[in-house]
Amino acid sequence: MSRLVVASIGPASSVQDGGRLGAQRYGLTVSGAMDRLSLAAANTLVGNEPFAAAVEIGPFGASFTARDGAVRIAISGAPRNADIAGNPVAMDTSVTLKDDETLTLGFARGGAFTYLAIEGAIKGEPMFGSLAVNARAGLGSPYPRPLQAGDEFTVDPASGAPELRIELPKPATGPIRVLLGPQDDEFDEANKGLFLDSEWKISATSDRMGYRLEGPAIKHLHGHNIVSDGTVNGSIQVPGNGAPIVLMMDRGTSGGYPKIATVITADVGRLAQTPAGTAFRFKAVSMAEAQDEARKFAQLIRSLPDRLRSSDTVALNIEALSDANVAGYAVSAVDAGTWQVTAEPEATTRPEAESTP
Amino acid sequence: MAATLPPPRLLPSGDSAVTVEFSRTIDDDANQRVLALDKALAANPIDGITETVPTYRSLLVHYDPEKIGFDALGEKILPIATRPLPPVTKARRWRIPVAYGGEHGIDLEDVAKALNTTPDDIIARHTGGDYKVAMIGFTPGWSYLSGLDKSLHMSRRQSPRLLTPAGTISIGGIQAGIQCLAAPSGWHLLGRTPVRTYQLHRNPTFLTEPGDRVTFFAIDHKTFEEMDRAAEAGELIAEQVAA
Repeated sequence: MSRLVVASIGPASSVQDGGRLGAQRYGLTVSGAMDRLSLAAANTLVGNEPFAAAVEIGPFGASFTARDGAVRIAISGAPRNADIAGNPVAMDTSVTLKDDETLTLGFARGGAFTYLAIEGAIKGEPMFGSLAVNARAGLGSPYPRPLQAGDEFTVDPASGAPELRIELPKPATGPIRVLLGPQDDEFDEANKGLFLDSEWKISATSDRMGYRLEGPAIKHLHGHNIVSDGTVNGSIQVPGNGAPIVLMMDRGTSGGYPKIATVITADVGRLAQTPAGTAFRFKAVSMAEAQDEARKFAQLIRSLPDRLRSSDTVALNIEALSDANVAGYAVSAVDAGTWQVTAEPEATTRPEAESTP
Repeated sequence: MAATLPPPRLLPSGDSAVTVEFSRTIDDDANQRVLALDKALAANPIDGITETVPTYRSLLVHYDPEKIGFDALGEKILPIATRPLPPVTKARRWRIPVAYGGEHGIDLEDVAKALNTTPDDIIARHTGGDYKVAMIGFTPGWSYLSGLDKSLHMSRRQSPRLLTPAGTISIGGIQAGIQCLAAPSGWHLLGRTPVRTYQLHRNPTFLTEPGDRVTFFAIDHKTFEEMDRAAEAGELIAEQVAA
């Protein structure tokens, strides 16, 4: 077996997978990847199941060294500078680290979480069917806590399979879509309008439990205490101070604040990748549209193997990649024909992501 | 044939879950209907439902929108949710040891003062109760109990504590609770139990289920230490008694 050693890593980095389903009735939250599409893309590149366990890397830099043999990996998600011994590595591609080689990743640019998938997947002891880290409950394997320098994974030796890239659809850039409810009747029309028509920013105090929003205060009709009921990924609760919190993967399974709306499944990962301080808006959609988008999202994940391409069909334009990265733009994989800078949403900018979401 | 019960509200919780709400308040009848629906859905699963989460007043039903849509699921749930309640079946009953007061229950004296009585009287009222696990939530194993003696109803603390110990036995509002892991809490801390309602490598990992009955009995602090060591080693500690 080979080993992949965590040479350096920042906070908010942990092993995540598709999450831990079936025990929310006992107060055990789902956890799992903040951006499921990127997790699935990275896994697909190295031949894993889409929701196999991988490393979720927070906004700061990280480096990984292969030991006792070669290790085949892939990265997807928030774009960053990546290199092996000074040779740039593109996002959304697979690459093989030779024995003793180190992959170095810079800060996230235009996002928060990048996924490092390992051929054969991270191995560990599943708890409730998942290796995902839930530090509060002491769950997660091989490490039931965020990753630290010196941690290592025992992994399959690299297969020698040809390297691949994956063609992902251009990320959507419009407002984050929500379905009103379940407690939208705890707010009057004016405050629902305020929620839907205002510009919001994600506070730097956000984490995997919840994204705190900065914007106007939303007032309740009957006060902020309701009898606790169940939560989902993307539940938007409004506590007493009127500042909404979007509940994310490490949320409490029940909560006692009214939930004005819920982010649709297809947009949860996009919200997760919105850097702190970036302005964005919500938009209410119908149940029919939300469920249609959820089905399309599931189909997209299933279709990922069809989106794999041989990576040597494209000559890497190292200079352009380097220029674009230095300029601070997110560069799409290895689309040498266009070298297209990822389209920027109209009203948003993508600052250097020193801040954690 | 008994008449059907009033229908619950079906509230969308995003595109992949629906909140089946029987009441807006803490209400034992509503909780019985929640648990009855939960049981009925477990016994006769509806294709597409992935997970259910009972709470005091509603059942959160997670589902896969590729398998079933919101309207179709609602049409299947409503007839089950409006059925007359089945006769009450025997529930499991747990006897939970509690070390009251002192370092383990730092609010016991204040609660007694606020209610113009003695700590011993508070302990007697708390151990005299017959409780039901209405829901488990917030953090793993946190069991919310209905059945708190009316004389112990009191509003929660003005400022919640940022961290309260594992095993805390507390009261808040009209509820009683068994807390498993250390967590923030605005409830009044009466004591601590060595019982772990959640313990990772134990079988069963989770001790309590919604619908279980619970009673408390007092132990001294020395017994707490002994039981705590045994619990840490994986013993259940809690006694299960016939209902």
